[in-house]
Amino acid sequence: MSDPTTDWTRRSAAELADALAAGEVTSVELTQAHLDRIAAVDGDAASGVHAFLHVDAEGALASARESDARRAAGTPASYLDGVPVAVKDVLTTEGLPTTCGSKILEGWVPPYDATVVAKLKAAGLPILGKTNMDEFAMGSSTEHSAYGPTRNPWDQTRIPGGSGGGSAAAVAAFEAPLAIGTDTGGSIRQPGAVTGTVGVKPTYGGISRYGLVAMANSLDQVGPVTRTVLDSALLHELLGGHDPLDSTSVDQPVPALVEAARQGAAGDLSGLRVGVIKELQGEGYQPGVQARFQESLDLLVKAGAEVVEVSCPSFVHALATYYLIMPCEASSNLAKFDAMRYGLRVLPEGIDDPSAEDVMRASRDAGFGDEVKRRIILGTYALSSGYYDAYYGTAQKVRTLITRDFEAAFEKADVLVSPTAPTTAFKLGEKLDDPLAMYLNDLATIPANLAGVPGISLPSGLADEDGLPAGFQILAPALADDRLYRVGAALEAALTEQWGGPLLDRAPALDERQEIAR
Amino acid sequence: MPEISRDEVAHLADLARIDLSDAELDHLAPQLSVILESVASISGVAGDDVPPTSHPLPLTNVFREDVVRPGLTAEQALAGAPESEQQRFSVPRILGDEQ
Repeated sequence: MSDPTTDWTRRSAAELADALAAGEVTSVELTQAHLDRIAAVDGDAASGVHAFLHVDAEGALASARESDARRAAGTPASYLDGVPVAVKDVLTTEGLPTTCGSKILEGWVPPYDATVVAKLKAAGLPILGKTNMDEFAMGSSTEHSAYGPTRNPWDQTRIPGGSGGGSAAAVAAFEAPLAIGTDTGGSIRQPGAVTGTVGVKPTYGGISRYGLVAMANSLDQVGPVTRTVLDSALLHELLGGHDPLDSTSVDQPVPALVEAARQGAAGDLSGLRVGVIKELQGEGYQPGVQARFQESLDLLVKAGAEVVEVSCPSFVHALATYYLIMPCEASSNLAKFDAMRYGLRVLPEGIDDPSAEDVMRASRDAGFGDEVKRRIILGTYALSSGYYDAYYGTAQKVRTLITRDFEAAFEKADVLVSPTAPTTAFKLGEKLDDPLAMYLNDLATIPANLAGVPGISLPSGLADEDGLPAGFQILAPALADDRLYRVGAALEAALTEQWGGPLLDRAPALDERQEIAR
Repeated sequence: MPEISRDEVAHLADLARIDLSDAELDHLAPQLSVILESVASISGVAGDDVPPTSHPLPLTNVFREDVVRPGLTAEQALAGAPESEQQRFSVPRILGDEQ
């Protein structure tokens, strides 16, 4: 068992930044400690956590050396200068492979950085590597990665959530203090819930999507994946803001998120109205998840908040709405993988002098996995003439109703809350052949994406039935992301006091776990 | 309730330019029917007077200044190409025999 007082990988990003500023440690030491941890526990497709698809030890250490030079000269590039970070493999990184968990992009090395990656580099954060994900972010378990699943550090026979299971598992397994995720229907928050970590989906447009390989443009959002609420605020504030390269990025200043987190940690929520969403609890929610949710709610009341029940009747249609809008946008987005300009090109067998179309068909069959094919075909169907109004058109209208439900609910409450996911982590393979059952895990996270409002998931404790982490979700009105951090930090402080330390301290030591598995 | 037949899935795959094998068609068609039946539950939920939302932000016509800025070099743009020739993407023939 590692000793949290001497092991740098157990520290939060804020603690690491403070230690760097105080000269107690160098970025090279920190980065090496995380690379060693990755080497010890990450394993590969067959065993270990398998959070990473690509580790860039050389690049990370090179930027760590530059960071140390800046610190020595008294000119750090940012508060987090020198604190290492992991990046989901759906964001382009110049000179580093970017596969999106798909065979169709195997070996592709992008010629440019996503804006968030450029911001990480400019702020001096060494990039440890690229994290595993469901292919093109389609899934809730990371089992749809073409490169093999990520395993949950709490129990390696279980899923780490998805699509950003790699980023969440990397942070939960102390392989990285910070990670970047993307959230289209819950891909940051649901992995956060099932791995006992913190994840934030910012307001739509709050963080640039330039260089994010799109699944569904009107839903996708980049956000932080961390172990503490403050660390998420630090990363979110660093990455947020207008980007002329993303026409959907919001042209407004980022709210004072770090300040909100620090204020919240003081624990006073007097005057805050917390709305419990009636439709996001009860049937289908695991008793242990519901119990931890209720306890967290009680702690918010203890901190001075007032709880009101709100009803969002259209939320019962959110899942169906999402599974029409998302495949429609995805089928159109993924048309760009045509085997002509980049990515996999497969020549069809048995055809002499194949046409470009023949090559496209063969390449897309060979390069895409089952879930991607399902969604492309579903989207193609819903967008085809004769069905467009009945499916896509109707879904867009219900999306309006869901947005209106949020508006009405935010008249009665400052933040809305629910369990993040209805269950704790399920077993690997359990839902692989039942797509609909898999989709149900995103029930509580999807409404926020449809309306573009921000949400955070933080650990609420372990479910009694299985001893696995459950998540608490807080939602705020668009552009009021600071509320997530204020309320999240207050709850985190109260829970940590109750537990006598961070929840992740109770996770099994990974080396021991592997021995049991053998 | 809607059901997608195997033939229909084959047609859609054709439109989406994916060569599905027989085994994939057998596997995907019933799964898609189940999903479609579930999502079809929203028909009739919204009245005619409800406007559609295509996007969560009320943005229209976002422009930026038209200024010259560095882009990718031809070499960079072609770096990931399956095949290239004379600073161009090289692709299989794009016209059929009858065209």
